[in-house]
Amino acid sequence: MLQIPLWNRLFIILTVLVGLSFAMPNFFYGTVERHNDALAEIERTGAETPQQTEDVAAWPSYLPATLVNLGLDLRGGAHLLAEVQVEDVYVQRMDSLWPEVRDALRGLRDVVGTIRRIDAEPGLLQVRISQPEGMVSALAAVRELGQPVVSLTGGFGESTLDVSGAGDVITVQLSEAEQAATNDRTLQQSIEIVRRRVDEAGTREPTIQRQGADRILIQVPGIGSAQELKELIGTTARLTFHPVVGRASGPDADTDSRQMVLPSVDEGDGYYILEETPVVTGDDLVDSQPGFDQQTGEAIVTFRFNPTGARAFGEYTAANVGAPFAIVLDEEVISAPVIRSAITGGAGQISGNFTVEGSTELAILLRAGALPAEMTFLEERTIGPELGADSVQAGQTAALIAFAAVLIFMVASYGLFGVFASIALILNVGLIFGVLSLIGATLTLPGIAGIVLTIGMAVDANVLVFERIREELKTAKGPARAIELGYERALSAIIDANITTFIIATILFVLGSGPVRGFSVTLGIGIVTSVFTAIYVTRLLVVYWFERKRPKKIEV
Amino acid sequence: MRLRLVPQETNFDFFKHARLTFGASIVAVIASLVIWAMVGLNFGIDFLGGTTIRTDSTVQVDVGEYRTALDPLDLGDVVISEVFDPNFADDQHVVTVRIQAQEGAEAVTPEIITAIQTALQEAVDPAMTFPSVESVGPKVSGELIQTAIIAVLASLGAILVYIWLRFEWQFSVGAVAALIHDVILTIGVFSLFQIRFELATVAALLTIVGYSINDTVVIFDRLRENLIKYKQMALRDVMNLSANETLSRTLMTSGTTLIALIALLVLGGDVIRGFVFAIAWGVVVGTYSSIYVAKNVVLMIGVKRDWSKPSDGGGASGTQFANIDA
Repeated sequence: MLQIPLWNRLFIILTVLVGLSFAMPNFFYGTVERHNDALAEIERTGAETPQQTEDVAAWPSYLPATLVNLGLDLRGGAHLLAEVQVEDVYVQRMDSLWPEVRDALRGLRDVVGTIRRIDAEPGLLQVRISQPEGMVSALAAVRELGQPVVSLTGGFGESTLDVSGAGDVITVQLSEAEQAATNDRTLQQSIEIVRRRVDEAGTREPTIQRQGADRILIQVPGIGSAQELKELIGTTARLTFHPVVGRASGPDADTDSRQMVLPSVDEGDGYYILEETPVVTGDDLVDSQPGFDQQTGEAIVTFRFNPTGARAFGEYTAANVGAPFAIVLDEEVISAPVIRSAITGGAGQISGNFTVEGSTELAILLRAGALPAEMTFLEERTIGPELGADSVQAGQTAALIAFAAVLIFMVASYGLFGVFASIALILNVGLIFGVLSLIGATLTLPGIAGIVLTIGMAVDANVLVFERIREELKTAKGPARAIELGYERALSAIIDANITTFIIATILFVLGSGPVRGFSVTLGIGIVTSVFTAIYVTRLLVVYWFERKRPKKIEV
Repeated sequence: MRLRLVPQETNFDFFKHARLTFGASIVAVIASLVIWAMVGLNFGIDFLGGTTIRTDSTVQVDVGEYRTALDPLDLGDVVISEVFDPNFADDQHVVTVRIQAQEGAEAVTPEIITAIQTALQEAVDPAMTFPSVESVGPKVSGELIQTAIIAVLASLGAILVYIWLRFEWQFSVGAVAALIHDVILTIGVFSLFQIRFELATVAALLTIVGYSINDTVVIFDRLRENLIKYKQMALRDVMNLSANETLSRTLMTSGTTLIALIALLVLGGDVIRGFVFAIAWGVVVGTYSSIYVAKNVVLMIGVKRDWSKPSDGGGASGTQFANIDA
């Protein structure tokens, strides 16, 4: 007979109820969204405006408040795929290593002779020694500078540096393990900085994710254009302090190697010749605030270094009193004051014809930190909010029509059983939304298509069962047996058919990106919920009906 | 009175015109390949790189006007196409402007986008808006092609293995032949009508694969069951019987799915139209191929009949898994 144990029935009913309760907030999208936003804002600021209190109260706190995230194509916003130029960091590392290498080799001057850094490919540090006989001890001394690689993914005992010698040239580069570790750190740091900059702009729910070895995916709903987003995060604000070698009249002035010519901001066509290796960089900055110079009253930016930066800055200024040094921001000399006395406290200020807004902006940029490496943008998409709203509208209409048509079709074909299937289908869509909300998945336009497709396909399992029951009715003894056999015999087809589709959904999820992934998520969830509703929910409905009516004859 | 797509008892001989149907399939596949090779697919920026700008204006569209406005910018290949959709307001005119990836630009240049937008606003309609701007660099587009191909191959492979484990290898060859048939025919239609082929289309292709296999598996499942039940019946007849028994379900499910898809095709907006069209087409082709291609292939290869005994000579041909829930 048709029997489902009580605990089984309870489990089915409970699952449906929980699923639906998680789906429900989506019907009150605006209210719940304001409720959530207000809560988050109160949490962040600790203060509460009357408007926020009202928004919070608009949705009862005992109800679930999880929503399906709307994707950019539905909400409007900007999408960027950035590639981080991780090699930049190798170059910086080699530049900062040079003084150390120089000091180490100077200690061996009687063995290696004179030393000179020669131009090399980016990411390599090459040093020529005048006495190649001393190569072995020179290499040993440089290798001493390497440290064991710190990383979770292996490379234990490996040095950070890869040092080799050929003829009279020593070549130093980051070892492979260290490159991998550096890439990791660079990516994490970049993501953190991008996040901070996007947050400063006060947009909601940005998605900032690492993709692959050197890419970052940035999606910000509600922002006007990808261009705006790029300006927001692309500003590197790289602050460095360089020793000044001299002045130049143009950008093509002659320089020694390891020197560079940079334009001056406040002097129109003035140029400075600087040492390429900075004394301190903005990486060592811990704080930066806009302010006013007490004597001149002009807008300035104050900054403070961490202990490492403070020490380097202190040592340099102490040793170079009377000499000018340049404050360089993004390859432009902001100012080049003369060092009057050693600056040991690690704090200083930048002046350079700032407006108040200019100094505030610079302070924010400095505080948010420099991106450790430059980013190039491989892909960018802007979707206007109206287009998104139109798409949602169109998707909703289509889904409702599809829904109604399928329901009519089912009832017309299977009568009462069609009604059961229709109830299951409605629950199924509810469950899809419930699961989407619960796992915080993002609904995209193809995702809506996935749901509509699921509406069409979800009845499949029921159709399989019903058709089977029809067949069994011809031969089986009594309706109960026919129903039972129908479910039993259709099961293997249902399972096989859905597992194959599920495999596809999984492959789409693993390999897809963006909207395709959104589609695979709804498709995959739709398969699971439709099998659940077809096998359990419809069956339970049929069983309840059967227990009540005890029909002698049924028509499917 | 119940709606019935097929009579209660059907007795079609699906192999009666096997030569015709199978021949037609082969011709269609070859034709698709030829069209594909000759005309090629109309790849979107996902695969080619480049920029698509969607414009929205109340001024009646004159494509020539757009072209004249953009010509001085010297952008190379520019495709301008007007978009029609029943959801648009009467005075809403939408155009997509597609610009090829610019020479030597690894990333996307915002200057070009701004220049295009200003040029169009000056020449056509100062109030023109740009609801979406999408740019894909050549580096990413290359990778996307690669991923798309891998995705299609991986899903075919996974299904091959799954059906092999659950049924017999002959079945999986038949199923995969049907899938390849569906995929190639879809590519053919996309080439023929020059429908934009983008990332979402690949998702659609894989969905077709998923749908078609769904259909095929249901028939195979019944076939497996009947092969045990009717040990003496000729393979061809068992196949016909199985297809007839599942015919009602096949058409019912294709019917509901198509209803849903047609609603989406008409009302779902132009942004996903190509995507939905691919799936709808795939549902039709997939239903056809499960009945006429997959079974034909299995019939041609033949299948071991005696399911109750272990394989002769210890040849492991997958039967171990096949009887699990028969």
